[in-house]
Amino acid sequence: MTLQLSHFSAVVIFALFASIVFGITQRNTPRAMLRYGAYCFLLFLLGTLAGGWLMWLLRH
Amino acid sequence: MAKPQPKNAEPQEHPEPATPPTPKAVAALLVGWFVPGAGHLLLRRWGRGALLLVSVFTMFFLGLAMEGRVYAFNTGDLLDILGFLGDVGAGGLYLLTRMMDWGKGAISLATAAYGTTFIIVAGLLNIISAVDAYHIAVGKKP
Repeated sequence: MTLQLSHFSAVVIFALFASIVFGITQRNTPRAMLRYGAYCFLLFLLGTLAGGWLMWLLRH
Repeated sequence: MAKPQPKNAEPQEHPEPATPPTPKAVAALLVGWFVPGAGHLLLRRWGRGALLLVSVFTMFFLGLAMEGRVYAFNTGDLLDILGFLGDVGAGGLYLLTRMMDWGKGAISLATAAYGTTFIIVAGLLNIISAVDAYHIAVGKKP
């Protein structure tokens, strides 16, 4: 069986797990880990959305 | 009594004290590389270890489920070499995949490229996790 994700759902899953690892490994306290993980997750998503709109603008 | 520093003084550099590798730290690094999150579990960081294990395992197997490609050792194209290095970061998962002959990749599927990326990034994240376990073991991180 082949899993076929949309581009956006793939990005969300990617962002979620990468952010968890970044949060745990790059900060020292649980609170800082949570904050940094959430920050990375938001940056991934917003960066993807911004990149998508940029490509749309270049295309049009 | 220490002299107070002037406000505009250059901050003095304090080089980090040398932290020699201990057997436990090396074991945490190697075990953490071979089984994602296991380095943290070895150091009794249960929550962190479980989260790292779930994250790396899920990314790796989602990549396989998306028909991502797993690179074998090669000396060809630079991107293929880098792909191999990223994949090897997954440690035991990579060896398992090679033994089971998984990860052939389906060029015809657009999502296969996502899968290949997931697998490589899972390996790279696992390397970061293993190094983190090492830092915990040598006392550079709580």
